[in-house]
Amino acid sequence: MKQLWLTAKLDIVESLRARWFQIYTLVFGGIVALLFLFGLTESRVLGFIGLSRLLVTYIQLTMAILPIFVLITTVRSVAGDREAGVFEYLLSLPVGLGAWFWGKIVGRYIVVFAPVFVAMLGAVGWATIQDIEVPWGMFGYYTALLAVMAMCFLGIGMLISAVARSTDMAQGAAFLIWLTFLLFLDLILLGVMIQGKVAPEVAVTLALANPLQVFRTAALALFDPQLIVLGPSAYVILDLFGTTGYKIFALVYPATLGLLSASAGYFLFRRGDLP
Amino acid sequence: MFKDACVTLPTIRTMIQFTNLAKTFRRARVLDGISLEIGLGERVALIGSNGAGKTTLIRCLLGEYTHEGEVAINGLDPRSNRTAVLGSIGFVPQLPPPLKMPVGQLIDFSASLCGTDPQRIHEIAGRLGLDVPSILNRQFVRLSGGMKQKLLIAIALGRDAKVLVMDEPAANLDPEARKIFFDLLAERQNEVTMIISSHRIDEVSALVNRVIEMDLGKVVLDDRVADDVSLSGRLLCRIVIKRPEAAFIKAIAAWNFAESGDGLVWEGHVAGADRLRFHGMVARYIALIADISLVESQA
Repeated sequence: MKQLWLTAKLDIVESLRARWFQIYTLVFGGIVALLFLFGLTESRVLGFIGLSRLLVTYIQLTMAILPIFVLITTVRSVAGDREAGVFEYLLSLPVGLGAWFWGKIVGRYIVVFAPVFVAMLGAVGWATIQDIEVPWGMFGYYTALLAVMAMCFLGIGMLISAVARSTDMAQGAAFLIWLTFLLFLDLILLGVMIQGKVAPEVAVTLALANPLQVFRTAALALFDPQLIVLGPSAYVILDLFGTTGYKIFALVYPATLGLLSASAGYFLFRRGDLP
Repeated sequence: MFKDACVTLPTIRTMIQFTNLAKTFRRARVLDGISLEIGLGERVALIGSNGAGKTTLIRCLLGEYTHEGEVAINGLDPRSNRTAVLGSIGFVPQLPPPLKMPVGQLIDFSASLCGTDPQRIHEIAGRLGLDVPSILNRQFVRLSGGMKQKLLIAIALGRDAKVLVMDEPAANLDPEARKIFFDLLAERQNEVTMIISSHRIDEVSALVNRVIEMDLGKVVLDDRVADDVSLSGRLLCRIVIKRPEAAFIKAIAAWNFAESGDGLVWEGHVAGADRLRFHGMVARYIALIADISLVESQA
């Protein structure tokens, strides 16, 4: 446990000094600042106003940015460290492979999730000062969604890093996976369904297997509980899970996917050449 | 009685054992059936050209590569007993890792994992001429090549290692730091097994008592050499040159030699283990040398 925490601390310190982290923090802090600056809390869309309106917009933007950011920065720094000889040196020290791998995940998770969460906390803090009502339920669920999203893509990123032997290959694979998830978002699935080439059940299964779509649907469900925006596929989803069931699924499935990916990455890392 | 005495003799105890060690990357066989035994107290020069397999052998020794055959350090497999085995190995890589963490944190991290006192690392770094307190908050990657090398040596030596694995350890050190480095190794030569990897034998020959040369993944030479050069010995050297020449003066000043007289006589100390390297430097100016003497000194 001591080794795991030491490795996590090491990864946090390394990340805090990396340029990608500064850009990453600036992006998420900047989004919240800009949303306030443009008076988003004053505008009304679909009955949403105040901080709810801001949080809805923030999570939509985060969903577009966070997955690719987490994937690319994770594979770049892990594969880059391996190529630059950081693994060769640090793994010559008496640290267990489990403590090293999971310690890196813990450290990176803290680094990846903290700016996103701090930006949301900042929004809540500012809203409190401005006497804007804070929708705590929505804030809690969105925080959980973001936590799970970071876990999911960090796990996938670590799996890619364990498989790929070079930074270029790792980056390419990460981008390809993100692109695949993007291609199977509801817009394309709906198109496929309309053409009638794929059975609706298959299309919905694909949608439910795609973590990006799961997050998107869960975020939509908060302000559109009947998922009208999704069209006919909403019936299948709601019949299968119910509104609360789907909310839980949207947290459990991506977290499981992330943990399974990370575990598969650890298994491959243990079995293969380390540097 | 006699049997007990034999058992406790450190030089006969096998510290490192490679048995039919082989490593293949895709289709390239980088290590090809290496079998070696290295005893406690042996100082091995691992030499060979690029691609000979030195780094791969070291990585197998550190448990970083999967391989065919067996590797054992003190009877334990470094892969399956990582923390126990690596706790007794000090490693100095050829290329310092580009770590962004501050120096103080790197020392604390290593000391904590190795169960040693960070102060020991500070002391050794200090002996090598590194002013640790002034660079504690500086990023490791921003140090000069020599400073990085000194710090990595200090981390490797600042614990109770039984095996020291060093890849071109003295390459970036100035003569004074090299002398102290040799002294540090001399202090431990009977209790530690050393493997020093290098492209060139003249860089390490005086440090070692065994030379293993590798080529295309095989051991092509395994020779024990005369061990009459003291690691901690010093040679008083006096050189008389025919005429002052800027290039020579610059080179000899780098060895901390001082002129006595009219710029034609130069005197200084050379570490015993560094004499081959020193001769290599002097040989470049052989036409300029009028007289040279090297005398063993105690100082």
